Amino acid sequence: MVAVLELIDNLTDQYGRDRSSLLPILQGVVQQENYLSEYAMIEIARALNLPAAEVYGTATFYSFLEYKKMGKYLIRICKTITCSMKGKNQVLMTIEDMLKIKVGETTPDGMFSLLQTNCLGFCHMAPAMLINFDVYTDLTPEKVREILSGYLNRKGGVNDTRI
Amino acid sequence: MTPGYDLKRVDFIFQNESDWKDILQKSLSRPPAELINELISSELKGRGGAGFPTGFKWKLAADELNLIKYIICNADEGEPGTFKDREILTKVPMKVLTAMAICGYVIGSHQAYIYLRGEYFFLQPALNKAILEFQATCQELNFDFRIKLFMGAGAYICGEETALFESMEGKRGEPRNKPPYPTSFGYLGKPTVINNVETLAHTYTIFKYGAKRFYDLGVQYSRGSKLFSVSGDTPKPGIYELELGMSLLDFVHDFGDGDTKAVQVGGASGFLVPQKRFAETTIGFQGKLTGISLPTGGSMMLFNSSRSMYNVLDNYLEFFREESCGQCTPCRVGCQQLLNGIKAVKRGEKNGQYLDKLLRLTETMQYTAKCGLGQSVANSFSSIVENFREEMIY
Repeated sequence: MVAVLELIDNLTDQYGRDRSSLLPILQGVVQQENYLSEYAMIEIARALNLPAAEVYGTATFYSFLEYKKMGKYLIRICKTITCSMKGKNQVLMTIEDMLKIKVGETTPDGMFSLLQTNCLGFCHMAPAMLINFDVYTDLTPEKVREILSGYLNRKGGVNDTRI
Repeated sequence: MTPGYDLKRVDFIFQNESDWKDILQKSLSRPPAELINELISSELKGRGGAGFPTGFKWKLAADELNLIKYIICNADEGEPGTFKDREILTKVPMKVLTAMAICGYVIGSHQAYIYLRGEYFFLQPALNKAILEFQATCQELNFDFRIKLFMGAGAYICGEETALFESMEGKRGEPRNKPPYPTSFGYLGKPTVINNVETLAHTYTIFKYGAKRFYDLGVQYSRGSKLFSVSGDTPKPGIYELELGMSLLDFVHDFGDGDTKAVQVGGASGFLVPQKRFAETTIGFQGKLTGISLPTGGSMMLFNSSRSMYNVLDNYLEFFREESCGQCTPCRVGCQQLLNGIKAVKRGEKNGQYLDKLLRLTETMQYTAKCGLGQSVANSFSSIVENFREEMIY
């Protein structure tokens, strides 16, 4: 709790307390905490002198501002047409099989969450996915197995990509 | 390749940008009115898809008397099948920054923003570095101009200019009513020029070579070149700069896999063109030319005969249902009902005639939805359902 407060303090110092700073502040919290807790949203509202409902309404509008607890590594696989045509489902099944979770779920150890997302803008290198903010393209079941093994091996956390 | 089917490839956008300081300095020494006229006579139209004449946009903002004005580069590239803007910002960011500064000089603005979609977060460090270098040069030239990067957070609708302003103001990305238009009432209520990344890159070409070099490309009403994001069933997916006004048949000869059944022009919000219409369809802005002319943000998705058009439409409708901002009823409920409707027809719970009801619903959405998102669902829906009706039912 204290850590979030400190984080919000730093972010408001950096971006200011205007309403137009709201998105950068929300993004800053998501980057550190992986999601926006109700507590964080209430505290941001307090810091910017806004109704908490306004902060909640804004945050929940954006698909990259998670408001449910997410794993340390958030996998977003593109489900738009070209990725679907180029074998997204096989890649998705491979991920589900390796991590033993379905779309929308988080591994019990809190390391991985799996989501589908709309067009990532890599249709010429389909299928594509994001793990946090790293892009992986031209995926095949073999390739995604290799990528995830890399993450599983380092899941101690030294090489966290989300800074 | 059949002779006579050569597409005219162009290489302006990704051409070397090392002369950006010269272009900036040269432009800042010309009278603003002259720069505006250069743009107007080039007949450059916005490359994000809507096609508003860029020179007029700058002129409208320049004529505003407000002391505070803003420039925004719209890099919220979210249309399915589009990926050109990221390439521009990766390969030639200085062109875009230079164009923004020239616009600042022309309209009298000192503050600019790049609204970059959240999915492209990884571009941030390189882009911030480019901005720092650029601002140092502005300082050397005694030109007061600041550029900031603003990150989006995963909402397709924020590519709509007024939704983008709302988003930057810290609100839900819900489009505003127009008018007032951005050039008089934009970000924070101030006059704002908002241009697509590619549009700005083209202005660089125009300020570098003059309007004529640009105007000489393309056809009437559709001057210049355009980046195309080519994906789907093609042996060579990627980004290509082509002259506007090409025939879709020529395009398919060049990029198709020999079995092209249909091409979706302009992404999910665009039109599906079936094979029988390739010859009569040209790619450019609507004018008084004969035949069908389709404007596009540059998304070209090819489908071969192995693809089910039902799956394509289902995918697009799911996209729209999720990305509808939910503000106006025709779009919020319409997208849900269209998706439910085609699923019911496919399952046999509704007969084929139900598709006509759905077509009338898209017509209603076209007239009553508040913004381009809801209005354009009709494009892909009607062009797919009318041309591939049997695939929707069986």
